[in-house]
Amino acid sequence: MDETVAEYIRRTVLKIPRDEIKPMLQKWGFLSEVQLETVNFHQIKENISQDVVQLCEENSAGIKQAAVLDIIYNNIYPNKRIWSVYQMNKTGEETEFFDLTDFKKKFKRRLRSALKNVTINFREYEDNAIWIRIAWGTPYTKPNQYKTSYVVYHSQTPYVFISASVLRSNLPLLCQALVIASNYHDIHEMELRSHSLNSLKDIVFKRYSQNFKTYYPRPLPERNVAPETVDLRIIQENKNEKERIQRLNWQVFGDGPQPKIEFAQYKLETMFKSDPKMDVLDKKEPFRCLVKFSSPHLLESLKSLAPAGMADAPLSPLLTCIPQKARNYFKIREKKGLLPGSFVSP
Amino acid sequence: HITTSLPLPSERDHLRPRIDMIVFMIDIKSKYSLKNVEASLAHVDASFFLGKVCFLVTGVGRVNYCSVEMNAIWKLGEVYCSPVLFCELELEGIRVATAQRLLRMLQICAGHIPGVSALSFGTLMRRSAED
Repeated sequence: MDETVAEYIRRTVLKIPRDEIKPMLQKWGFLSEVQLETVNFHQIKENISQDVVQLCEENSAGIKQAAVLDIIYNNIYPNKRIWSVYQMNKTGEETEFFDLTDFKKKFKRRLRSALKNVTINFREYEDNAIWIRIAWGTPYTKPNQYKTSYVVYHSQTPYVFISASVLRSNLPLLCQALVIASNYHDIHEMELRSHSLNSLKDIVFKRYSQNFKTYYPRPLPERNVAPETVDLRIIQENKNEKERIQRLNWQVFGDGPQPKIEFAQYKLETMFKSDPKMDVLDKKEPFRCLVKFSSPHLLESLKSLAPAGMADAPLSPLLTCIPQKARNYFKIREKKGLLPGSFVSP
Repeated sequence: HITTSLPLPSERDHLRPRIDMIVFMIDIKSKYSLKNVEASLAHVDASFFLGKVCFLVTGVGRVNYCSVEMNAIWKLGEVYCSPVLFCELELEGIRVATAQRLLRMLQICAGHIPGVSALSFGTLMRRSAED
């Protein structure tokens, strides 16, 4: 077995949390149950990985099998990478039947014709998701298995989720290959990025709880709130205000959990509006400024801002439109026209 | 009665009993909290400041998260002639002790302690702060 393959498998196993190693190897299916029984999964990971490599040696593992293990790891722990969302367009209306073999063949052919040294692996999952792992090389060097990009393509949708990693120069080639293989016309990057792949899917496939615009002010829906020990001697003077905030919040965010994104970035290219007497800027140039919100779970924290008394309800639509607009990177320019103001550009 | 700011909503005016003491809670971690209290003070009738108002500064346990200047708080106490108390709500012992202090002050403000008026107690509290 190749030295590099052995090392790669060893390092991949080391990444897996100890209790998950056996289940993942079983999912991998490359080592037989009998072989797995010979490994002591209670020793330190260093030793487990050595034992696993030894067994892979017996089975003559190649880079293909190692790559599959890597895909399985990334499929179970996708949140270790940042994912961007891309959307493909096609001109015609015909919904062609999706041929997986054809897709794989065209994809590989397009990539390999441009770059001989690539490792490409596919794995299909139940939710119509095709995972593609690409290890990049250069015309003169073998593919670097540690510099990988991952693509998740749901064949019934025009959306592709890409985790590009370091080699962004290969992105155009990757996008081109995707477009050709899937019989689309072109592809563009949506301004939507996050660590949580599932949340990105939730946002694009509209699987999160959305607000429904109602014209009649609805009373708050019945919730299963655990009865707090309410002391009747404590009187909340601002109960109406609290209820208004709850209602507005519910209208905007809905009931369910929010998709998990970590950033929202707003690039401002607006004129600085100051007191004319202050005369801060001589030149009438747009004032460039970047505002970035970050949080372990941005949308949930936005949802709790108004009830916590830290912001007025309703929140700015610039913040609340993130799931609907399916973007978390915005450019805000001056509104051209009579009224000075700002608007969000596409 | 708990409220987030003054003035109190007028729709409940008829349901409210006499107010004997006002405690303004300032979260030392939030500048917004101080601003809110300063804005609400403008809505309080002057007679309250004769011993029936007190400032309670919370969150003092976490020194690194202080956003409010101590000088600003002392100044507030001076300007409005009212005592300033400090506590940490997250620690049960301090919470209970502070509640007992406030309760005692409330008893005085409500006139339940014979021989001690709100005003005389207020001056007692103030003198100890200045020392």
